[in-house]
Amino acid sequence: MRFLMTTTAGDAPDETMMAEMGRFVEELSRSGVLLATGGLDPAGTRISSKDGKVTVTDGPFAEAKEAIISFALVDVRSKDEAIELSKRFWQIVKNGEGAIQQVFGPE
Amino acid sequence: MTVPDAARAVDTVWRLESARIIAGLARVVRDIDLAEDLAQDALVAALRQWPESGIPANPGAWLMATARHRAIDRLRRDERLRRNIGQLGHELEVRQEAAVIDGPAEFDAATDDDFVPDDLLRLMFVACHPVLSTESRVALTLRLLGGLTTDEIARAFLAAEPAIAQRIVRAKRTLASKQVPFEVPPAGERAERMGSVLEVIYLIFNEGYTATAGENWARPELCYEALRIGRMLAELSPANPEVHGLVALMEIQSSRLRARVGPAGEPVPLLEQNRGNWDQLLIRRGFAALLRAEQLGGPPGSYVLQAAIAACHARARAADETDWERIAALYEVLAVIEPTPVVELNHAVAVAMAFGPARGLELVDPLTSRPELRGYHLLPTVRGDLLARLGRPAEAREEFERAAALTRNGQERSVLLRRAAGCKSDP
Repeated sequence: MRFLMTTTAGDAPDETMMAEMGRFVEELSRSGVLLATGGLDPAGTRISSKDGKVTVTDGPFAEAKEAIISFALVDVRSKDEAIELSKRFWQIVKNGEGAIQQVFGPE
Repeated sequence: MTVPDAARAVDTVWRLESARIIAGLARVVRDIDLAEDLAQDALVAALRQWPESGIPANPGAWLMATARHRAIDRLRRDERLRRNIGQLGHELEVRQEAAVIDGPAEFDAATDDDFVPDDLLRLMFVACHPVLSTESRVALTLRLLGGLTTDEIARAFLAAEPAIAQRIVRAKRTLASKQVPFEVPPAGERAERMGSVLEVIYLIFNEGYTATAGENWARPELCYEALRIGRMLAELSPANPEVHGLVALMEIQSSRLRARVGPAGEPVPLLEQNRGNWDQLLIRRGFAALLRAEQLGGPPGSYVLQAAIAACHARARAADETDWERIAALYEVLAVIEPTPVVELNHAVAVAMAFGPARGLELVDPLTSRPELRGYHLLPTVRGDLLARLGRPAEAREEFERAAALTRNGQERSVLLRRAAGCKSDP
């Protein structure tokens, strides 16, 4: 089962946190569960469409809280495992918010 | 928290951590069975304590520490065990450990997390040791590296739970009685022993891959377990091209899981699959793994070649864009290192696609006298297909009927009988 784990807010990482994050990512890769991961440009570009008429707005945006700042796509046996991995992520980052959503696909 | 909540949490953490914990313990106590025992003790302790104290911040470390304490207790009580550890461990490091393991500090040092990656590799080699039967290696690998319960393993292989339980018990006993060392094999044996590990992983994968959809829900899980263990192995043993080859092969085959089964549960042959349902993420991972293998150089082994063939299919956006000449060339090389009749049959199919059915038939005809292929329904299927394409419908019909009689799959039989019926002689 695949889950997309995203964070929408989090402590800005210092050197120690970056090192721990690096180790965590390496550990997830090594155990065969990490499919993809990355940090996202908080500025980004927003798209909205009405009836096919598209409006493109460049960030950064005032409501920074909603922007996704990082993601990890994991391949695990259950949602419980995804949650457990998420908990370990937050042990490192300490404060913040995020989401876990199952990615529907091959099963 | 409630006991059921704790049970679920323990279960989840166990699945993620057990291999690592057992591997770490096994390195010091030198006995797989004892290592598993100690790990199970920690599990039981967790089930008892976590409902009250809550799930610890680092549950893996909690389990490891608890198992360690149990190990120290046992070592204190068991004089003979201490002596055995001293005897079995021929590395100076272990002798030192055995001599001074009196307290937590020494044990901590011995089971330091930094050792973990190699421990998992050691565990894999031991679980797949050639002194064990293939069935035993598979069961032990799923148990120790997959963290599957005996029941889960039994269901996956459509076997009875007691039989699997016995198999695992006997396997561990054999490892102990043969004094199989808990170590990575020396360089001279490494290639052959790795071959055994890869064989086990691919066996598990195929068990899940070829299962008929809907018959046993546990079976796609086997593909996942094999893939996960394979990916782990690739990180633990990155200098071995065949490991990357196997991972590449499994990633690419997995990419087709959803496309292989039709709406009525019928098998859909590769060339007829909707490629929009092929998982591009897995295909990309497969290509990346294949690239790693190729970058390591050397003549390609069996898994690398099979992966390269799978990559040819994956690369084609439509069936008619398939590079059959390349596939035929790859099969020709594969047939040299793995001259099995099945490989030769696949080679013939590729040749037929690349150079026409007559050339393919030239390669298939000699296979009809091979005893190993006597009950193999794909041989008459292929022959029937080639004969039909060559405008020899009466012979084609005979072959399809023969194939239908040989296959055990009901849906496949219907397909073959339909093809037989469709072979119309020229007016």
